Amino acid sequence: MAPRTERETKIAIHNLYKVFGPDPDAALNAVQEGGLSKPELLEHHNHVLGLEDINVDVKAGEITVIMGLSGSGKSTLIRHVNRLIDPTAGEIIFEGRNILECSDEELRKIRREQMSMVFQKFALLPHKTVAENAALALEVRGFARSEYIPEAEKWLDRVGLHGYGDSYPHQLSGGMQQRVGIARALTSNADVMLMDEAYSALDPLIRTDMQDLLLELQQELQKTILFITHDLDEALKLADHLVILKDGRVIQQDEPQTILLEPSDPYIVDFVSDINRARVLRVRTVMEKTTATDGMSIAGEIDQEENLETVIAMAEGDTRKTYLVTDGKQKVGVLRMDMLVKSLVPTEAADDGARAR
Amino acid sequence: MGTYDQIFSTFGLESWCESGEQSGGGPVSMADLLAQNAGTDIPAPSIWKLPFPSMDELHESCAAFPQSRALTKSIEDGFLSIKDGLSFVLDPLTQPLSWFLEGSLWLFETTPWWIMIPALLVLVMLVSRSGKLVAFVGASLLLLAFIDYYTFSVQTLAVIFVCAFLCVMIGVPIGIAMSRSDRLQRIVIPILDMLQTLPPFVYLIPLIFLFSVTEPKLYGIAIILYAIVPVIRLTDLGIRLVDKDVIEAANAYGMTDRQKLFKVEIPLALPNIMAGVNQTIMMSLAMVVIASLVSAPGLGVLVLRGIRNLELGVGLVSGLGIVLLAVILDRTTKLALARINTSQD
Repeated sequence: MAPRTERETKIAIHNLYKVFGPDPDAALNAVQEGGLSKPELLEHHNHVLGLEDINVDVKAGEITVIMGLSGSGKSTLIRHVNRLIDPTAGEIIFEGRNILECSDEELRKIRREQMSMVFQKFALLPHKTVAENAALALEVRGFARSEYIPEAEKWLDRVGLHGYGDSYPHQLSGGMQQRVGIARALTSNADVMLMDEAYSALDPLIRTDMQDLLLELQQELQKTILFITHDLDEALKLADHLVILKDGRVIQQDEPQTILLEPSDPYIVDFVSDINRARVLRVRTVMEKTTATDGMSIAGEIDQEENLETVIAMAEGDTRKTYLVTDGKQKVGVLRMDMLVKSLVPTEAADDGARAR
Repeated sequence: MGTYDQIFSTFGLESWCESGEQSGGGPVSMADLLAQNAGTDIPAPSIWKLPFPSMDELHESCAAFPQSRALTKSIEDGFLSIKDGLSFVLDPLTQPLSWFLEGSLWLFETTPWWIMIPALLVLVMLVSRSGKLVAFVGASLLLLAFIDYYTFSVQTLAVIFVCAFLCVMIGVPIGIAMSRSDRLQRIVIPILDMLQTLPPFVYLIPLIFLFSVTEPKLYGIAIILYAIVPVIRLTDLGIRLVDKDVIEAANAYGMTDRQKLFKVEIPLALPNIMAGVNQTIMMSLAMVVIASLVSAPGLGVLVLRGIRNLELGVGLVSGLGIVLLAVILDRTTKLALARINTSQD
């Protein structure tokens, strides 16, 4: 994978604000000039500050995950990207042009051809068959039925719904309905996939299956995915770039490994304290970057992208071993098991070192 | 001299009152005439019998004060004065309704029974897909035909088909427009409430003034005004109830408003719209009986004959015939509705 900075920025969100209420512009002014916070704005102006000064770059071919609890504004944020919601201020640059300046016609074209969306509650059309649902984007674009049905069937096969094309959505389970939702997004053949809490309504086992499916598809298709979730495990598993949102503000955004090891805010510390760190942290983040291995007793070789859980299993829990780390071709460092164990203890917030409570 | 003489004299209005006396009274009500004939005197004033200071009572005291009949009379005069203009506009506008009704009646009456009954059964089969219902409808129609009520029954059906069809054609677009605009909804709902609660006979009164009683459109309009309400209401409701998430998905995939309406909103609102159509058909059946007062053909004419000539049997049997038709229409549309529902859950 190329480093993040070298990747093309597909969607750039700059200084985005969203205020809900009867007179958002005046309230926005109070926030920008008067420096009011979200609760103050609600108390004095009776307006809700949905999003405050959001700046996020979504890189092409990456999964960018926006994580936050309910009410943090994450669903509002994702709806700004395809302008299901209009912002109060700020800009959204998609492939070099500002989405907010698009005419209705241009916007429709972008929604039809360049952005697809997967919804928390699936939002399938109950009166259409699974295949017709999957083909929605192509049908909207005006393709003939004989063209779009085979295309939809192809993607239904790909998400594991072979032979369900003629069923109706209500005949499928929740997990299968969401597969239809994903097939619908894939059939549209858009570069960008917006996934709004796509897996939140599914039960845990099915959710894991669907996460694996997404990662597998992503390996193959290299879409630009913006994924919303309230589940940190899910966020850490999927994210190439993780944005943490609280009360409408971005409080930290970085690679998931970095956020886990260097949380910048007590809020995040609280969040990550319940995480199975061994499953998330990878060898490359805790290894010692050295090529000098003389005099060490090397127990074996491991890949730098393995997670620590795998390493512990391999070492059978022995903390005295040392492993040689490779990037698949050559050695890039060493991993001492005692270092690994240390890294499993939750870090405190990097700035003040104090826990929130 | 009345109870409230004192009031007018207090305000110094006697001269005004007297001027009314000279110009002669307004219309004389039946009660006045009866009172004159009976020669009753005004009873001695008593607080227990103090009359409410109504228009008629004040007129007693002051001849210039208008009677209540004058109020209703002025409505009559007002209506009569705009009547010509109104008919001039409405007559050509509603003329197609007469043609539809005449055409439909002609079709139903001239088609021989051995084509009409099977055709109706095929229609029921197509709509309901239920063999049991087809058998019931067949038996009912044969029974009505056997007791010589066939012609009246098909006349009733002919009128209902036309009126219900027009209700849907007019009502669904109004309902859609209402679902789009809260303002329009606020304006239309009181009108619908009024149409629904106004006693059905009251519709007939202005219509009789406007159109000639022999024209089919007279009862056509009465039936449509009365029966269109549920289909408008339920179309509005159905479209407003369409899942917001699905609408959002339609937007996210770039549907135009037109595509959204025809591919998402109407199909998803269809169960509600069909429930409205069912109600509309039932209400037009109720109205078609009352409309026989203004020459609507069908079983209602027989009910009317039963009342007018005291032919008890005719009235009861034709009433039961209407019940049979109601059951047929209701079951058929309900089964169609159930079919839509199962394909959508």
